[in-house]
Amino acid sequence: MPILRRRWSAPRPAVTSKVVTLGALVEGIAQGVRIGIPPDYAGPALLATFEIIRRAIGGLHLVTAPTSGIQADLLIGAGLVASVETAGISLGEYGSAGRFQAAVTAGAIEIKDATCPALHAGFQAAEKGVPFLPLRGILGTDLLASRPDWKVIRNPFADSSDPIVVVPAIRPDVVLFHAALADSTGNVWIGTRRELATLAHASRATFVTVEALHPGNLLSDPTLAPGTLPHLYVTRVAVAPGGTWPLPFAGRVPGDEGALARYAEASRSAEGFSALVREWLDARA
Amino acid sequence: MPALDFSKGEFLATVLARAVQGSRTVAAGTNSPIPAAAALLARARAPAAMEAIVLGLGEYWPFTDGGRELFDFAAQGRLDSFFLGGGQIDGAGNINLVGVGGYPAGKMRFPGSYGSAYLYALVPNVVLFREEHSPRVLVERVDFISARGIGPEGAYRTGGPRLLVTGRAVFRFAGGAFLLLSYHAGESVGSIRAATGFAFAVAPDVHETAPPEPEDLAFLRGPIANALRPLYPRFVANALSAGTHS
Repeated sequence: MPILRRRWSAPRPAVTSKVVTLGALVEGIAQGVRIGIPPDYAGPALLATFEIIRRAIGGLHLVTAPTSGIQADLLIGAGLVASVETAGISLGEYGSAGRFQAAVTAGAIEIKDATCPALHAGFQAAEKGVPFLPLRGILGTDLLASRPDWKVIRNPFADSSDPIVVVPAIRPDVVLFHAALADSTGNVWIGTRRELATLAHASRATFVTVEALHPGNLLSDPTLAPGTLPHLYVTRVAVAPGGTWPLPFAGRVPGDEGALARYAEASRSAEGFSALVREWLDARA
Repeated sequence: MPALDFSKGEFLATVLARAVQGSRTVAAGTNSPIPAAAALLARARAPAAMEAIVLGLGEYWPFTDGGRELFDFAAQGRLDSFFLGGGQIDGAGNINLVGVGGYPAGKMRFPGSYGSAYLYALVPNVVLFREEHSPRVLVERVDFISARGIGPEGAYRTGGPRLLVTGRAVFRFAGGAFLLLSYHAGESVGSIRAATGFAFAVAPDVHETAPPEPEDLAFLRGPIANALRPLYPRFVANALSAGTHS
């Protein structure tokens, strides 16, 4: 991605705050990038996603770590997604992801079906800097047949034939997620949501929205440091309280059940989706 | 004894809880309110220590290494039981969570395979659960194999489907085929045959599925409703409360 490369390989002062406005954070996401997002339960950056939609940053290659819900459905419904690699997209208790299902059945987006542990393994391969990782299961399925980029090899350590699936490293251009705390250095407290660390390790750039800024340095606090993603991997941070709206966050921020139910209903049709998203964007303009 | 008043969700959670009795560890995955209730009920009624793991539910998600840890846990042989669904389930135990009528574009798209392709091969006691029991769901041959009931030959495999629970019946899966163990109240062997798209054998002692016991309902409506409310508010409000069902 030439735009990304230019922007982040430029020399920078040694000490700088990585904290920017939400708008500036989203403007760092270029058209056509491969973008990694977390599942609904691990901090999807939805306020940032609305800003992506407002700016019509399109041609995205979405990869979910390992599943998604309303976030992927919003981006697909807004026509901003060229392809999606996922183990599953649904609105959970609220039902099917209407725009995802419509886009796939119409052949409007490329779908790369996966299974959760294969996506975890792909990101882990990228963070280790190795080309692939093996994992059990999957053999003999149409899922495997649908993925020419997944291979079956013989376990090189076994005496007898032991076929095993290998999946390639997944290296996103950008990952985007929401977390509880960051400091001005760009350290981000993710707690036990270690998939966010794996995503950041695997990605060229990492954009994070947070509920609040931590006044000190997260790495100086022995109780917070073990759950902290170091600033080494973090590109930009923006403060966006309630950044997963309308989804709940971390058992602390409740979900907006009314808004989720409205979305599930409206997104059954392209017209209903467009009207609701326009209303939500206008309310935040 | 007067018949107990219970919801379909409470009944099915009780049936699923019995299906994982004796497990040391049982897990329920994403978007699975009835299996989550079943896992907690099985734990509540277990005579010995049992770990119930519910994706997305704080204290019942005893992992600190991200979403991958459950899958690693299963591959290590530590997970005894798991619940899986299917947009289609066929007579050979194959499940389809991807779609029907063509791939990748097709007539209908389902959410996706989630962890099925992997966990089906690695969890010894997989309990299939799909409330809708119709020829549309229980088919002779799935349109897309997300996860394979048996084999393939030569593959490392420590797991697979053992039971299938639907809104009408309970089947055992053994030797590559389903066997009808019981039908729920209001059903018969004939009505199950009419609603099932694949051929199956009938157990000699086929009978009506036992209803929940008062203790099951007390657990479901008390501590389990409270535990699940943050994750599945709609399910708890609609299914786990006394006196709201006819």
